[in-house]
Amino acid sequence: MIDYWPLIGILLVVIGFALKFNPMLVVTVSAIVTGLIAGMGPVEVVSTFGKAFNDNRIIAIVWIVLPVIGLLERYGLQQRAAALIRKMKGATVGRLLLFYLIYRQATSAIGLQSTAGHPQTVRPLVAPMALAAAEQQHGELSDDEAESVKAYAAATDNVGLFFGEDIFIAIGSIVLIQQILSTYGYNLSPLHLALWAIPTAICAFLIHGARLLLFDRRFARRGR
Amino acid sequence: MITMHWLYLLAGAMFAVFALLSALDRSHSKRFGNAAFWGLMALSLLAGDLIGDFGNGLLVLGLAGLAGFGFIGRSYPPTTSVEERQGWSEKLGNKLFLPALIIPVTALVGTLIYNYTPLGGAGWIEAKRETYVFLALGVLLALGTIFVWLKPPAIAPFQEGRRLIDAIGWAAVLPQMLAALGVLFAAAGVGDAIGALSRMVIPEGNVFLTVVIFGLGMAIFTMVMGNAFAAFPVMAAATGVPLLIQHYHGDPAVIGAIGMLAGFCGTLMTPMAANFNLVPAALLELKDQYGVIRAQVATALPLLVVNILLIYLLAFR
Repeated sequence: MIDYWPLIGILLVVIGFALKFNPMLVVTVSAIVTGLIAGMGPVEVVSTFGKAFNDNRIIAIVWIVLPVIGLLERYGLQQRAAALIRKMKGATVGRLLLFYLIYRQATSAIGLQSTAGHPQTVRPLVAPMALAAAEQQHGELSDDEAESVKAYAAATDNVGLFFGEDIFIAIGSIVLIQQILSTYGYNLSPLHLALWAIPTAICAFLIHGARLLLFDRRFARRGR
Repeated sequence: MITMHWLYLLAGAMFAVFALLSALDRSHSKRFGNAAFWGLMALSLLAGDLIGDFGNGLLVLGLAGLAGFGFIGRSYPPTTSVEERQGWSEKLGNKLFLPALIIPVTALVGTLIYNYTPLGGAGWIEAKRETYVFLALGVLLALGTIFVWLKPPAIAPFQEGRRLIDAIGWAAVLPQMLAALGVLFAAAGVGDAIGALSRMVIPEGNVFLTVVIFGLGMAIFTMVMGNAFAAFPVMAAATGVPLLIQHYHGDPAVIGAIGMLAGFCGTLMTPMAANFNLVPAALLELKDQYGVIRAQVATALPLLVVNILLIYLLAFR
């Protein structure tokens, strides 16, 4: 008999996010409730949560780039990125992000997924460049337009990363697939799995790339 | 050997300085809240292995309480004005990009050299962590370059870093919280329950609909967990292996590889994947915290359909 009670934890998370409660509280409440439902005592729940948090400290490492990014902003890096784009004839927000999509997919596909990212490249370089390109296309941007240009810059980083990294054989997800399937007696090489990530990578490029070029037309149409 | 522990000390020291500067910032109405919050992060990174599981648990509860009840807020440390930045940008020209590129280039070149030349054979870096080590090296090299070239005040990197981390706020810690939540979900058997639910809706004898349920299940369960890694073992056990591979004789490599990518489409559409979706919204100072997700849905949904079709067409050739 399957026990459906643990799903209450998920329900709490969905409701909490939907009602826009502070996610830190939502997650903590859900974790404690889920642990109690699983039959743990209060101390055991807190300890399990704490241990898992400690085991995942690697996630916090990326913030060490902030002092450098902040320092460069102090000396006008974002303004410089925008100035560079303004000098390029024919630079558009869509083409710029398309170029970044290719770069991000290609570098992720060879295992260099941690070399770019939202703190390292999107905030200091890609987003200001995209804003400058959009401004050049059709003049001053409204708040909503600037907001959507920045959101597209972040989205392009994610799409490039997700649908590039699985082509690399030593990435965590490939190792996980291999390990799970091997427990059922299917021994697959990482290369074999990585090859089957290529069709999706191509489709992701075509779909998101097409959206980026359409995004351009939106600016061109409304501009001038 | 250089291990992750070195990097935890480096990041912990940085957060400790953020905490100290927060406490000293008289212009900040929530300065002690911020000081406590970043101080706890510093404690976690510096001494997480020494304070025990329960101690770490209390630390996490402290972080959640400070963030959840509004004890932390944005700060405005001294920095340059937009006009000054424009002036610096014109004065320094494109050379300003060089220090910015030191970090990615060091990470990139370092990783390649370490993995593809004999230099890496000595094993002087913890396995699989070389990119992080070179990332940190790049940070230090970039800082050194900026100091030699532009001679900012010694405290500037910490004040500028604090300006950015306070703009991100609790979103900087949420991904780690969600990873910890996933561990509790797994311990409570959430996966078994989801797997049982997905089996209930599958009609017998229809390969295409089974593929659809498998792909949709990967995406939806990934949205719930915020992570395709958590969804994959569950959906593989529920439908992927017993039905698609064993019963209908689908190609396990296709089902595994593209099934995971169907899950990644879910990652693009969920606030639970905070580090990809909520953190950049905070980092780019978007008004709508779901703005990045909104920009991704129209890529994720067609791509999910494509992935389901690819599994159906390629696994059952």
